Amino acid sequence: MPQYETVIGLEVHVELKTRAKIFCDSTTEFGGAPNTHVCPVCLGLPGVLPVVNKKVVEYAIRAALALNCKIARFSKFDRKNYYYPDMPKNYQISQHDLPIAKHGYLKIDTENGAKKIGITRLHMEEDSGKLVHQGTITASPFSLVDYNRAGVPLIEVVSEPDLRSPEEARQYMEKLRAIILYTGISDCKMEEGSLRCDANISVRPVGTDGFGTKAEIKNLNSFKALQRSLNFEIERQIKTLEAGGRIIQETRTWDEGKGETLSLRSKEHAHDYRYLPDPDLVPLLIDRQWVEDICGSLPELPDHRRERYIKEYGLPDYDAAILTNTKELADYFEDCVKVCPNPKAVSNWIMGDFTRLLNLHGLEITECKITPQNLASLLGLIEQGTISGKIAKTVFAEMFAGGTDAETIVKEKGLVQISDKGAVIAIVEEVLVTNPGPVADFRAGRERALGFLVGRVMKATQGKANPELVNKLLREKL
Amino acid sequence: MQLFLLTAHEMHDLLIKKEISAEELNKAVFARIDAVEEQIGAYITRTRENALAQARAVDRQIRHGEKISPLSGIPIAIKDNICTDGIKTTAGSKILSNFIPPYSATVVKRLEAVGGAIAGKANLDEFAMGSSNENSAFFATRNPWDTSRVPGGSSGGSAAAVAAGEAVCALGSDTGGSIRQPASFCGVVGMKPTYGAVSRYGLIAYASSLDQIGPFARDVTDCALMLNAICGHDPLDSTSAKYQVVDYTGFLTDDVRGMKLGVPEEYMAEGTDPAVRCVILKAMKKLESLGAVVEYTSLPHAEYALPTYYLIAQAEASSNLARYDGVRYGMRAKGAEDVIDMFMKTRSQGFGNEVKRRIMLGTYVLSAGYHDAYYLKALKARTLIIGDFDRVFKKYDLLLSPVSSTTAFRIGEKMNNPLQMYLSDLCTSSVNLAGIPGLSIPCGLAGGLPVGLQLIGRPFDEGKLLRAAYTFEQNTDYHKQFPEL
Repeated sequence: MPQYETVIGLEVHVELKTRAKIFCDSTTEFGGAPNTHVCPVCLGLPGVLPVVNKKVVEYAIRAALALNCKIARFSKFDRKNYYYPDMPKNYQISQHDLPIAKHGYLKIDTENGAKKIGITRLHMEEDSGKLVHQGTITASPFSLVDYNRAGVPLIEVVSEPDLRSPEEARQYMEKLRAIILYTGISDCKMEEGSLRCDANISVRPVGTDGFGTKAEIKNLNSFKALQRSLNFEIERQIKTLEAGGRIIQETRTWDEGKGETLSLRSKEHAHDYRYLPDPDLVPLLIDRQWVEDICGSLPELPDHRRERYIKEYGLPDYDAAILTNTKELADYFEDCVKVCPNPKAVSNWIMGDFTRLLNLHGLEITECKITPQNLASLLGLIEQGTISGKIAKTVFAEMFAGGTDAETIVKEKGLVQISDKGAVIAIVEEVLVTNPGPVADFRAGRERALGFLVGRVMKATQGKANPELVNKLLREKL
Repeated sequence: MQLFLLTAHEMHDLLIKKEISAEELNKAVFARIDAVEEQIGAYITRTRENALAQARAVDRQIRHGEKISPLSGIPIAIKDNICTDGIKTTAGSKILSNFIPPYSATVVKRLEAVGGAIAGKANLDEFAMGSSNENSAFFATRNPWDTSRVPGGSSGGSAAAVAAGEAVCALGSDTGGSIRQPASFCGVVGMKPTYGAVSRYGLIAYASSLDQIGPFARDVTDCALMLNAICGHDPLDSTSAKYQVVDYTGFLTDDVRGMKLGVPEEYMAEGTDPAVRCVILKAMKKLESLGAVVEYTSLPHAEYALPTYYLIAQAEASSNLARYDGVRYGMRAKGAEDVIDMFMKTRSQGFGNEVKRRIMLGTYVLSAGYHDAYYLKALKARTLIIGDFDRVFKKYDLLLSPVSSTTAFRIGEKMNNPLQMYLSDLCTSSVNLAGIPGLSIPCGLAGGLPVGLQLIGRPFDEGKLLRAAYTFEQNTDYHKQFPEL
């Protein structure tokens, strides 16, 4: 049996969070009673005309620049014709042969280091409405249509077939999401459908150059679904080939419940979209200066930031990668570093307790009550030896819950570390007296017994004794 | 002279002299409609109350000594593929027979803003597809000059209304000749402005890259007044041009001396009815005698204009008409089993034969495997046709031709021969392909039926068309001839 290699390309749809829709002034707001965010234009009533929302073009350019694409000076809109009741005009306004941007890339981390994934093209298009059913689509006695989403702006980002595993596909999606979030053009919520993904996948014997016949998987609305469906599909395709079968070029859908992909339609039944340039819209001529202005307004992007953290703050790559994963986290880190001289300590706290508590409470970093100033002063207290690392965790939890600053908590709760030799020595002596067994063990050469004794002293001082001091005193006395 | 046959500017003079009220004037026109509409069938919907309300508002303005616009209180017919807020707009189709738009087309808003009184919605070939008005899903309009004949199309209702005194002016739309040809058949002035000069917002699309709204009037002055009201950039239409609007009445001077007029020989070729040819030649002589230089010239790609036009128009139409599916508005067929069945039943029952024929043609030419051979080739041919015009307009101010090779034909005469019907657009469709302005002006009768002379100009050179047409009109009296009804 030959070894197989997987070839994956992704088509990702990103909903743009402009105020108005792509070709009219209706709101893009998510939710809302059905058919309330509509107007004659996005309902496709007779005689109405689309007018492109300039903000959408700006956002598309923003995304394209962040993905290292070349912006086309001349681009146009086309009609993609097919009948479906959630499409008000029975054609979708999209960009066919002259998209706004091409030839980009993004970088993902693999076992063998960073890998560049090509981006073939990025184009703008309008979203469709939604069908609403009672129960499942097949059992429902009716279909209702909600056009609130019809005309919401989308960009479609098409990757090169450069991905070689489901893991790489997931990484690509995560990186794409991170970059888009940095640019601020979308909230990229997969659960609300503002980030959607279709995958093209084929397999081929290792060492061959040509592509195998591909299947396109639709309806991937989570990172988990993406990875699971690809794993399923690889297995299915290899099994088919090994059994002497042939892969059919087709569209398949992911059934989350069954955990398998199911055939939707074959290439023979594929739509003929009968593209034509939309005669209601004039070609887009993109001004170079405008592109430069947009470029200038982009924030520092994750890859650049990550490198800078390594150079400027001496952080390990691992820390830098995690901290720069979202713009908000990175911004928070940098605000902390401005007031705290120890970047690695800040990084440890953010990646450790901070992230744990945020996840536990389901909060975003922007919703957190701990100000960078407060985190810095907590770290200061540890540095100065005013509190122990262990006490600091308790203080931090208090700060997280109530937003109070570290000094106040330490003072109010009397958590200042006891570093006074006189105060600790009495307790040390008492512990030695009341624990003859461990004392004997230690003297017999069992080092581990010391830890037990330290623990006793700490317990007796409610954790306030300076652990280094306790250690030192115990050794002296023993 | 009967009141309902006056021009808008003549009516305006009477209004400001307070010799007549706008209400009386509208009542006179509606009385005329009551008298002849049964013979003509110009309107799908009449909006008497709407017009009278507007007329009374204008009368109040006059009483208060306010200045009124030249079109204030003037009864105007609107082709029924132009949306009117709260007034049924059918596009001549069964599929939209119950459609009441919640918005007005920009041109309607502009006419209402200057006090125009909307008298009704004029009949047309379904979705503006046709040259005779016989494709209306409701009834065929008849030519006021001979009610056994067609008024032309697709804006036949608008042209017939103006010719019969059922409206003073009208709006039509012209995709391949749909204003100029009925204007020619009915003996009125009709103009297709430059593509982009008039907003298409609210015009139910047939072929978006060719469609243009324009006026019908009983003389060139009224035509200029209508242009004044409807021209200009509209932010709701991306294809509407940002250009300096001018007062078109400023071009109405009786002078064509030194004007260079070219006559494309391809438009005067055999196939032109000899009687029509004779009238056209006489008109050209007239212009020559008034000081214009008239010469034969050539548009070498003219023979490709008709196929090019039909390929592009049908391709766009197949996409434009996809939205009529019974889901959101308009007719919905009963008894469908599922959504696809509903689409098919609705469209099978809702569209007429000609519309179906064009949708199929357009779908075919855009299909995989045929797209390049037909649609793409047509786009290239369009570029060559535009090039022809660019070349001749380096030498000539305007081009002259017949609008149509025949006068109005009999009802039913061409219905079973669509190809013969398509030939009606021979001299007009290339003007739409090139996006340039064209005007039809009555230039005489052949066999008792009107013949229209077509003037074609450079983009946004409507002024020159008006000047030549006005000069011709001032020195002839064809515009004072009316059909007897």
